[in-house]
Amino acid sequence: MEHVDFSPLGDSGIVIKLGDAIDQATQQKVMAIADYLEEHPLPGMVEYVPGYTTVTVYYDPVAWYDPRAADKPYERFKALLAGKLLHIRPDEQTPPRLVEIPVCYGGDFGPDLPDVAAYHGITPEEVIRIHSEQEYLVHMIGFAPGFPYLGGLDKRIATPRRQSPRTAIAPGSVGIGGEQTGVYPIESPGGWHIIGRTPERLFRPEEQPPSLLRAGDRVRFCPISQEEFEKRGRTAR
Amino acid sequence: MSMEVISPGLYTTVQDLGRYGYQRHGIIVGGAMDTLAMRMANLLVGNDPNAAVLELTLKGPVLLLHEDMLLAVCGADMQPAVDGKRIRSNRPVWVKKGSTLKFAHAKKGCRAYLAVAGGWDVPPVMGSRSTNVRAGFGGAWGRTLREKDRLQPGKPSELGRLFAEQLRARSMTQHAGCSEMGWFVPPHVFPYQKEAVIRVMRGAEFDHFTKESRQHFFAQSYQLATQSDRMGYRLEGPELALESPLELISAAVSTGTIQVPPNGQPIILLADRQTVGGYPKIGHVATVDLPILAQLRPGDRVQFQEVSLREAQQALYEQETALQQIRLGIEINAGWRQSK
Repeated sequence: MEHVDFSPLGDSGIVIKLGDAIDQATQQKVMAIADYLEEHPLPGMVEYVPGYTTVTVYYDPVAWYDPRAADKPYERFKALLAGKLLHIRPDEQTPPRLVEIPVCYGGDFGPDLPDVAAYHGITPEEVIRIHSEQEYLVHMIGFAPGFPYLGGLDKRIATPRRQSPRTAIAPGSVGIGGEQTGVYPIESPGGWHIIGRTPERLFRPEEQPPSLLRAGDRVRFCPISQEEFEKRGRTAR
Repeated sequence: MSMEVISPGLYTTVQDLGRYGYQRHGIIVGGAMDTLAMRMANLLVGNDPNAAVLELTLKGPVLLLHEDMLLAVCGADMQPAVDGKRIRSNRPVWVKKGSTLKFAHAKKGCRAYLAVAGGWDVPPVMGSRSTNVRAGFGGAWGRTLREKDRLQPGKPSELGRLFAEQLRARSMTQHAGCSEMGWFVPPHVFPYQKEAVIRVMRGAEFDHFTKESRQHFFAQSYQLATQSDRMGYRLEGPELALESPLELISAAVSTGTIQVPPNGQPIILLADRQTVGGYPKIGHVATVDLPILAQLRPGDRVQFQEVSLREAQQALYEQETALQQIRLGIEINAGWRQSK
């Protein structure tokens, strides 16, 4: 990989910028670098965080500090990273996983489903159909433990956030906020429209990795009944 | 056999140096806000710098010791006392079983650190003993301490046992319930300032701010708003405006990142910050100065001073070197180095 843009993030981070827009080619580069760093951690590297168009690598500037060297830690770590990137091919990454997330739409689990339908002048069933027939891409995990930033929401159901945010949204709630959709892994405040809930746990502190999803995954939501939700909920917890 | 919480104080949590390696799963780093005071407290009781300590905030707890303990307190001055008798910070202190250790309101600073020889023994989650209060895991039961909680110290190091023996013998001859070392870490090692001057590097979007905003940022001072916590400090002062609106794609942020939301009032992201963000970044606090910030309270003022990335990294290296020298000094004071 060549023609990559590096910039510092404070004194302990370096941002590798791989594009200016959210698109598939950029995502592939991001994932290729993330896969590489996962397999080959660099000396003095603390961790890496994939984003929409970036991979941020945190390093230990003290470990990379050599009072005799003319170059300071940032330059030295950047040189190492740039050298490694030359050998990474975006087309050689592992194929994406498809993760199916069961969702019980509407009812008590999705109190805002009628509002979303009314906003677009369609039926709740149509909202469910549109939301669940799309395949989504996990661009990155953030905001909360295991929370996926998903790309691919159909514009026909994109809905501006609620006027007043809720103070507590139950874990597993599936929401639509603007042109984004996602699942709240832990109880959090939030302004998204809640259209359903999954019995699947997105944040699993006792497991390794602790997140069900990871950047690069493909996601599909599968409608389930309330009985199915209860059944799956019991086995999942 | 443990330490019991009689009164928890304002916001008391178990912290180590943080949970690294999981930000890509959306899991915050957390950890002690003032890593300098926290590491110093650990070194004074012979611990690894990453051992779990208690972080006390503004008003400390009252603790009942059900066993003899070697302790050290660093950071904010919360006037710790054992059964009513003041003990001093920045040195090892041995306290006898059955004593009550009481912290008051912070007279100076905001956060104090209580280390015990062996560290507080809570189960590590994802490689760290830090408390993630929002997600409810790590530390002691994933929350702030409460009345009647009991915490257990881990196994002390050889150095910790040596200090404890020396001080226990001294307290026996003095018939006292506690005794402290005559030597201490000199306070000037801690760079705390009331009117803090904080070194800041330019952020990625610095040049997108108006000329006036850029000047104000480094020339004027900002005041910590009341809604300042472990996640971030909200600042109040001259408004920072962009030349023209910026649509940024969310990406990773760092501890010390200074971001500017649309209201023009900067926010400094701290230990419990989110892993990603999308607001323009006007600057980044040099890591070396984060301990100074950690000791500020709502209402205090900060002034930003521009430094280069090189200067920030060099200052951090120098601070780490000084810390290593203090570590050696502590071991030499114990007569431990020579005897080995």
